[in-house]
Amino acid sequence: MTVLTVPMAETGAASITRRTRVLRRLRRNPLAVVSFVVLALAGVIALLSPWLAPYSVDQTDFARTFAPPGTAGHLLGTDDLGRDVLSRIMLGARASLQVGLLAVATSLVIGVPLGLAAGYFRAWDAVISRFTDLLLAFPFLIMAVGLAAIRGASLGNAAVAIGIAQIPGVIRVVRSDTLRLKSLDFVAAAVVDGASDLWVLARHILPNATSVILVQATVAIPAAILGEAVLSFLGLGIQPPAPSLGTMLATAQQFAARAPWAAVFPGVVIMGLALAFNVFGDALRDALDPKGDRR
Amino acid sequence: MARYLLTRAWQSALTLLLSTIVVFVGVRALPGDPALALAGEDRSPEALEAIRRHYGLDQPLPVQFAQYVERMAQGDFGVSIRTGTPVSSMLTTALPVTVELSVLAILIAAALGVGAGVLAAVRRGRPAEWLANGLALIGLSVPHFWLGLLAILYLSVATGLFPASGFVPILEDPVDNLHHIVLPAVILGTGLAAIIMRQTRSAMLDSLSSDYVRTAKAKGLRPRAVITRHALRNSLIVVVTVVGLQLGGLISGAVVTEQIFGLPGFGKMTIDAVFQRDYPVIQAVVLLTAAAYIVINFFVDLLYSVIDPRIRVTGDPA
Repeated sequence: MTVLTVPMAETGAASITRRTRVLRRLRRNPLAVVSFVVLALAGVIALLSPWLAPYSVDQTDFARTFAPPGTAGHLLGTDDLGRDVLSRIMLGARASLQVGLLAVATSLVIGVPLGLAAGYFRAWDAVISRFTDLLLAFPFLIMAVGLAAIRGASLGNAAVAIGIAQIPGVIRVVRSDTLRLKSLDFVAAAVVDGASDLWVLARHILPNATSVILVQATVAIPAAILGEAVLSFLGLGIQPPAPSLGTMLATAQQFAARAPWAAVFPGVVIMGLALAFNVFGDALRDALDPKGDRR
Repeated sequence: MARYLLTRAWQSALTLLLSTIVVFVGVRALPGDPALALAGEDRSPEALEAIRRHYGLDQPLPVQFAQYVERMAQGDFGVSIRTGTPVSSMLTTALPVTVELSVLAILIAAALGVGAGVLAAVRRGRPAEWLANGLALIGLSVPHFWLGLLAILYLSVATGLFPASGFVPILEDPVDNLHHIVLPAVILGTGLAAIIMRQTRSAMLDSLSSDYVRTAKAKGLRPRAVITRHALRNSLIVVVTVVGLQLGGLISGAVVTEQIFGLPGFGKMTIDAVFQRDYPVIQAVVLLTAAAYIVINFFVDLLYSVIDPRIRVTGDPA
């Protein structure tokens, strides 16, 4: 049993104090707190947007097209069809977050097992590296172009294209963390103890790799949000009339000189979401850094 | 060195082969009969039969693949359904625009990113660092196409400083060419600049606290000399690494930037092709992007091993 106390050191009690230390560091970082609050608010608004939005997203009002921001009843103005910009932004942000989460989930589901395998089994490493190289050769936009040609443009296909493009990044960080963990004593102890490869990976390596996976996910979500905006802007993502921040900007481009606000607000929201994720991701990485307060 | 080179060359060739297979299979996964897709307007049985024979669609798949590779290697990407011109000649006019845009964007990003990164590392804990860090975070988070939209709205349309769209070939009028392409290149470079800045800053912080810099300072070398000498070498590595890693993002970014500024490049050709279901063009675009990515990254790795001799020993560009 003395052998078993070694593995517990990183999986059991120690990780609880580590978690509290990380949380304490996050709470002391004002940027982390602000970005977390912004993200929490955005999440709540996105979840409840179908009920919170003052108007239905496709409710047109041809008597009041291009109403400037501040018009009674239309806080952020109206677009070319007299649709309420605020309502469309709320539902567009919801779609952005959906694509962001869906894309990152796709990349994690495929990337984490492959990263674990590449780091743990020497024989698999070369094969998985070639697979990574292959994926990297198709930039997300080109992947989206191909998918749109084969399966048509949609929210789901945009998310899949972005998610596939993010797999190599996940494999890279999980692989290198697996290599690091594999060389530690507690893993060797578990192997000596007769644990199977699968058991070691699931019980010892994966739980300890969660922090790098978490950091990877927080930087991948803003990239996915920007990716969705680009694809929808080009017409390869969410299809109108469904609201998306990217398609809103594409239509706004056509009458930008007349109603600049329609081209400004959706962009500000995309940037705000991505910025909040990036700031929080930075803070999380710093808080998880065992070297402490080095930034 | 020779061993490393050979391994990388073999890996690149393998990836190139795999990506060709992916595109080949992808083309066959297109909805409907490929002959129908290739035929365009003329869908008479005779025309379809001729296309099947020309593209070997009546042959077994491995034979088809061999013929496919042969055609691609000869630069025969078929004929555009939309315009009726060979895809290869469309590429010859479109590619120089994209290459010019991308190279200019990389240069701008390197200048801005290295400058801001060095500044942030040297002025640690001062307002200059916060400003540089903040700008880098914004650069990472801002959708460039939106920035492009605002630039057109507030710089081109409102002030007339830059043309809002269009392109003049560099051989026709170099000055006018630059005038048209500089704003799109700055916009495309912002994201890259942010990444280069962050990497430069952390590389500089590492080297500023390293033993060899302490030695250099102890020798009495002026701080300015220490910074420039070590910063230059390190930042070169950073720029090469980031460009290699971000090449995919750069290509994607170029597509969008061209679309916004109406530059007649590779990206515009791609997007037009998707909407017109111009399958031969889409196929060429996807295949060429993959090939370009693989070849450029091979050269980036070579360059990398020249700048940083450690790579040749370990064979693993971190």
